Amino acid sequence: MSTSETTVRERLLDALREREQEIADRWVRLQLEQSNPGGDLGEHELREEADLLIAALGAGLASDVPVQRLVASQHELRRTVIELSLRRARAGATPTATSLAVLSLKEALLEAVQHTTRDASELFRAAVLVNRLLDAAGALSFETYVEGREEIIQRQSRQLMELSTPVVRLWHDVLAVPLIGTLDTARTQVVMENLLQAIQDNEAKVAIIDITGVPAVDTAVAQHLMHTVNAVRLMGADCVISGIRPPIAQTIAQLGIDLSTILTRSTLADALAAAVRLTDQSSAPTPYAPAGP
Amino acid sequence: MSTPYPRDGGVPILRLGDVLVTGLLNELDDKSAVAFTDELTERIVADSARGVLIDISRLELIDSFVARTLMELTTMARLLGARVIVAGMRPAVAITLVELGLRLTGVETALNAEAGLVALGWQRMPQPSGEAPRVSLR
Repeated sequence: MSTSETTVRERLLDALREREQEIADRWVRLQLEQSNPGGDLGEHELREEADLLIAALGAGLASDVPVQRLVASQHELRRTVIELSLRRARAGATPTATSLAVLSLKEALLEAVQHTTRDASELFRAAVLVNRLLDAAGALSFETYVEGREEIIQRQSRQLMELSTPVVRLWHDVLAVPLIGTLDTARTQVVMENLLQAIQDNEAKVAIIDITGVPAVDTAVAQHLMHTVNAVRLMGADCVISGIRPPIAQTIAQLGIDLSTILTRSTLADALAAAVRLTDQSSAPTPYAPAGP
Repeated sequence: MSTPYPRDGGVPILRLGDVLVTGLLNELDDKSAVAFTDELTERIVADSARGVLIDISRLELIDSFVARTLMELTTMARLLGARVIVAGMRPAVAITLVELGLRLTGVETALNAEAGLVALGWQRMPQPSGEAPRVSLR
């Protein structure tokens, strides 16, 4: 670290400590001037963030890590920037607004330094230093923001997958899966796994697959349905498909899809009645009699 | 292997009235499958069984060989006058079978051994009347 940099750094640190409140106020005001800076965050929250970040910056500058690597290697500072960006990502701020908000701290900092010195070359070096420091922070903020969003997207698609395939118990020994949305290979896999596991756990005898919420049935969807029905039968349970609307019945017939081995009903109510009859049959005490007289 | 599979530490074939109860283990090879088929068909005739329950809850995978063995057993038993029920297939096994496109044509399935036995005409014991036997807490 060169002597001049040490001097500038000390100068900056002094300014930061002496005018902590002033810088924080200025930064919050600068952010509020931008349109929708922190998403839903209010002035009070922005102020809290400002205090935290400025304290972390002060701690970072007081250490002897070079300025370029300060944000990356100073744990406290790094964590503060990451938390700030994540909070804003969750509050719905755009990535541009978030990194611009971090970068606007430069202005507040430089104004504070300007009050402590009038030497032009020193001011210039201070500006370079502040730039290096906060550009890294801005970049980190952008990166974190993207990661935060990515995580939200992944979590939502996972939730959607699970939410879209609930298995409910409708009656003694009767389960139902209301399918919502298009049935693709991944969905079929999840439906099958959930359904078969539920059949085993509940010792169910009949499973109803309700396709009221499936917008269209083509050969691929029919294939997936057949797979599910076959798997259910291998488990020793029976399957009823319900929710076949007239247009879907027409499509199935026109495409020549053979669902003749599967019991189908138009409404879930009819399917439930059929399923209850099926369970009554199988639980009735029918003593085993070999075929033939 | 000196002695065939079912007679040497393999799955026993139990007789419960006119129903035979047995099972399959993992790693069924040609030789043990033949031995198992031999013994089962002989027992069906010897015990004049009317039903056969094959429990497959220990099987972690059903390949085309095991599937064919199960279908053949069903056909043979039917020819000898007995009805076969394959019970206790695991969900993962069922999914794999379906995805491999393997069919168990003509094979009846049941959720577990109990459901299989009920389907073969066995009934649960009637609920004992009165209170359950008391267990002393002290």
